[in-house]
Amino acid sequence: MMKEIRVQFETLEPYKEIDALRADNKAIGAVVNFIGLMRDFNEGDTVSRMTLEHYPGMTERALEKIVDEACGRWDLMGVRVIHRVGDLDPLDPIVLVAVASAHRGEAFKACEFIIDYLKTRAPFWKKERMADGERWVDARHTDDEAEARWQS
Amino acid sequence: MIKVLYFARLREELKTESEELELDESTADIIALKLKLSARGDLWNEIFGGDETVMAALNQEVAQSDEKLKEGDEVAFFPPVTGG
Repeated sequence: MMKEIRVQFETLEPYKEIDALRADNKAIGAVVNFIGLMRDFNEGDTVSRMTLEHYPGMTERALEKIVDEACGRWDLMGVRVIHRVGDLDPLDPIVLVAVASAHRGEAFKACEFIIDYLKTRAPFWKKERMADGERWVDARHTDDEAEARWQS
Repeated sequence: MIKVLYFARLREELKTESEELELDESTADIIALKLKLSARGDLWNEIFGGDETVMAALNQEVAQSDEKLKEGDEVAFFPPVTGG
């Protein structure tokens, strides 16, 4: 199992990461990826910029734990989770979750599981900048519901 | 001593990124620590003594409020997470 977890200030290049994930492994039959992007619109307002803060150390541990749990539930050949921090502009990728497996079913499920858990368990916080000021983004109840689906 | 960290909105509102506190009865566990912090009044009381959801981590793992603290522990307080 090839596992790579990174938190970075540098621009995220999802397709390079996905290529690296599956490089030279002829047993991989499926790659499923989720790319979270910065939107220029939230809660009815135009958002011009976003800053992502995290808790260094805890973030990596939380992501490791989530990926390990996914590996315990499904038969996976590679997982790559890369998350941006720092300043982001609209169109910028925020997060990549890429999962490789022999068949698509495992990769689809594991990818959705990892992003659902990341949303509620990894210590990242978004702050949005609008024309008239800044605000911290509030957690969404729908994210808790998405996580809860995996617990039955 | 224990180290206490604050993140995101808490860090900004409290104008505090981190601090060190003596380990004693007032910092015996996370509930006690929150009471101590809310006793500072004003915003501290609003954040730690009110209905606001404040999450706690102990040594970089999500913690329950009755977890006992020991010398050298790192406690962090932060709002619900919003990454991804």
